[in-house]
Order: sequence, then C-alpha cells, then structure tokens
Amino acid sequence: MKSLTEFFAMGGYATYVWSSYALAAVVLIWNVVQPLRRERQLLRTMGSRVQGGRRVAP
Amino acid sequence: MFERFHKFASPPHFHAFARMLSPWLFGVSALLFAAGLFGGLVYAPADYQQGESFRIIYIHVPSAWLSMFVYMVMASAGAVGLIWKVKMGDIVARACAPLGASFTFLALATGSLWGKPMWGTWWVWDARLTSELILLFLYLGYMALQSAIEDRRAAARAGAVLAIVGVVNIPIIHYSVEWWSTLHQGATITKLDRPSMDISMLIPLLGMTLAFKTLFAAVLLVRTRCEILEFEQHTNWVRELATGPEVR
Amino acid sequence: MTPRRKRMLIIGLLLAGMGVATALILQAFNQNLMYFYSPSDVQAGKAPDARDFRIGGLVVAGSVKRATDKLAVEFTLSDLKQEVVVRYEGILPDLFREGQGIVANGKLGPDGVFAAREVLAKHDENYMPPEVAEALGHPGPDATLTRSAP
Repeated sequence: MKSLTEFFAMGGYATYVWSSYALAAVVLIWNVVQPLRRERQLLRTMGSRVQGGRRVAP
Repeated sequence: MFERFHKFASPPHFHAFARMLSPWLFGVSALLFAAGLFGGLVYAPADYQQGESFRIIYIHVPSAWLSMFVYMVMASAGAVGLIWKVKMGDIVARACAPLGASFTFLALATGSLWGKPMWGTWWVWDARLTSELILLFLYLGYMALQSAIEDRRAAARAGAVLAIVGVVNIPIIHYSVEWWSTLHQGATITKLDRPSMDISMLIPLLGMTLAFKTLFAAVLLVRTRCEILEFEQHTNWVRELATGPEVR
Repeated sequence: MTPRRKRMLIIGLLLAGMGVATALILQAFNQNLMYFYSPSDVQAGKAPDARDFRIGGLVVAGSVKRATDKLAVEFTLSDLKQEVVVRYEGILPDLFREGQGIVANGKLGPDGVFAAREVLAKHDENYMPPEVAEALGHPGPDATLTRSAP
C-alpha cells in the first residue's frame, strides 16, 4: 500500500496529473449545474409571466 | 411504428421522458465516476515508461472519445431535424453543442498537460492535435450561429448544415495518426480483444468512459428540457407546467 | 420524388461532395501534413536542405554520447532502414531514452549531421505495468533496438 504523500506526489508529476483532474472536475460540475439552474430559472420566469399576465388581463 | 416515433418525439412526451430518466442516469454516472476514479488513481499500476503521469489518460481519452461521439449525435440529430422536419432533432442538436465543446476543450487541455512532461511540449501542430482543434472551432461556430440567428427554425437549419459538413473532420481525427506522421501515438484500443494496454489499466479506462457517457446522456436530457421549454414557451402545456405545483 | 427524399438526397450529395473535396485537398497537402521526415526520407534527399524540418525515428541503443561539461548530446536516429546522426544542446524530455521514438526539429548540416534546436519524445500506444514489460522482454523502454548493420 502506497503512503498518502506518495499518492499525492504522483511520482513527481503531481502538477500535471492533479491539474488535469481538477480541470475535469470544474468543467464537468459546471456542465451539470449550469443547465439545472437554467431550467429552474426558466420555469420560474415563465410561471410568473403567465400568472402576471392573468392578473392584468380581465 | 412511425406513428409511435412521432408521438415519442413530440416535445411534451420527450420532456416527460427526459424528466423521468435523467435522475437515474445521474445516479449511475456518479457510481461509475467513483469506481473509475478509484480504478484510475489507485488500482491501476503506473506505466512502465510514463510512470504516474499516464493517469491523465483517464480524463484525456474519455474526453477525446466523447468529443467525437457527441459530434456524431449532434450531426445525426441535426440531419433528422433537417430531413424529417422533426422538431426534437433540432432541439437535441442544439443541446449537444456546449457539451461537445466542453469535452473537446478538456481533451485538448489535458492532452497539453500530458504532452508537456512526456513529449516535452504543450502543443505541436501535428495532424491529430490540429484536427481536434478544428473540432472545437466547429462546435464554437455552431454555437455562434445559434446565438446569431434570431429565428430558431432558421438557426437550426443553418446549424444542421454546418454540423453535417463538419462530419468529414471526424474520420480525419480518428485516422490522422495512421495517415500521417504525427507526434501523437497511434490508437491503443482499435479492437477490444487485443488492446495494447494491460487489463488492469484498461478496465478503469472503460469505467471512466462509461461514466463520461452516462453523464453526457444525463446532462443532454436536462439541456434538451431547457431547449424544449424555450422552443415551446407559448404553448399551453408549457404554461401549465410552469405554473404547476412542482415548480414552486 | 417526395420533398423528404429530395432533402435526403441533397444532404447525401453535400456530404459526398465535402468528402471528395476534403480527400483531394488532403491528398494535395499530404507532404505538409506529415509532422516529420524519416531518416530514409532524409538519406533519399526528400527533406528540405535550406530550411528547418523535423526528423523522427528511434534513438539507436548505445549511440547516445553526452558531453561532460555542457548539455550537448549526440545520438543516432534510425527508422530501421537508414540512420541520421543528430546533435543537440539543451534539456531533453523525460521520455528521452535509448530505443525511444523521438522527433527533432532543426537543420541538416553540410556534413550530414542534423543540428537540432528542439527534441520531443514520441511514445507508443502500449501501456503496461513495469512487471509486465519485463516479462515481455522490455527491460527498459524498447531497448531491444540494436544498431543496424551499415
């Protein structure tokens, strides 16, 4: 079993390996979060527009 | 058969279907990512030549595969929209583009981070790297076209033509390492029965690829739902949905 | 012909046309799309002699001579048919080893020695743990390549 420090050192390639994984994490998480938030926002604005429209119209 | 397809491909049906399926896909993807990350970072041994730096493969290769796969999905959906005038085709194509662009970006960036320590350079203009960069430009061009053309139907048509024309780039990316001399090495997995990779390294790679693929499918469904809502915002079913109980 | 058939045909023709056009263009620029020349190309006089070009091949085992006082290095590059001697001064990539595939960028001197400005390592598509590599008879990275007979 490797030690934890050894694991994080990645045989001297820590910068390259961990920045690749970090970059992937950022891109993938953004990929998931952004459309979910957009969907919630869309439904909310559409809902308020429809209800607002109803109140104004006779 | 065709009737049933048309019913399924109608926006309200697809929206309901996407809503049902996406949580499951997110769940499966999360499990696959957990397994794939453990496999790639801990279980797989270091490479005999490249040492630990080769672990970048578990991000780089799934991203690169997905960048081409998503493009084919986008072009096929665009073609379906163009030929059969199926609205869902246009919608799915539009939802694919940002995802494909992000995978292409990841493939290029992680390739660069891998190339620096191993090859000795961040970037070279060889056929493989250049054709992958062109793929990124195709995605960005598609997205620019979508935001530049106001009329959604016209935008979808123009985008589909661009996507279909760009399909010629996909075999070029794939075969570039065979057709020309490149700094990038040849394909590791051309056939599954005898890949040039040890099985202990291959299994995590396949796991990560499946994780990326399911994540793509899940996010594509969410993006498609958003596009459906925008496309159909003046229809009754969307109005009902937006004022329905689940929203607030 | 139904309108749908017609659209299908137009798209099919568009794709076929693009395919043919691309194939022709790639054929025309074939030489320029090659990232490097092989030692055989160089010995056959196919490489440009006035300007810089790249040469790719395997570093012949036992051919690497390092200077003791500076970073200068000289080695023989082979494609298993022909050889070219390369001279370089600078930092070599981690993967530079005897038997390794490399790509060097520089100019061919009048003495037939390639003066490199940059040396990049090219690795192959095989990935395996060190134990497996040893069992398969790769003691180092592909050190099996030996100097070919002159």
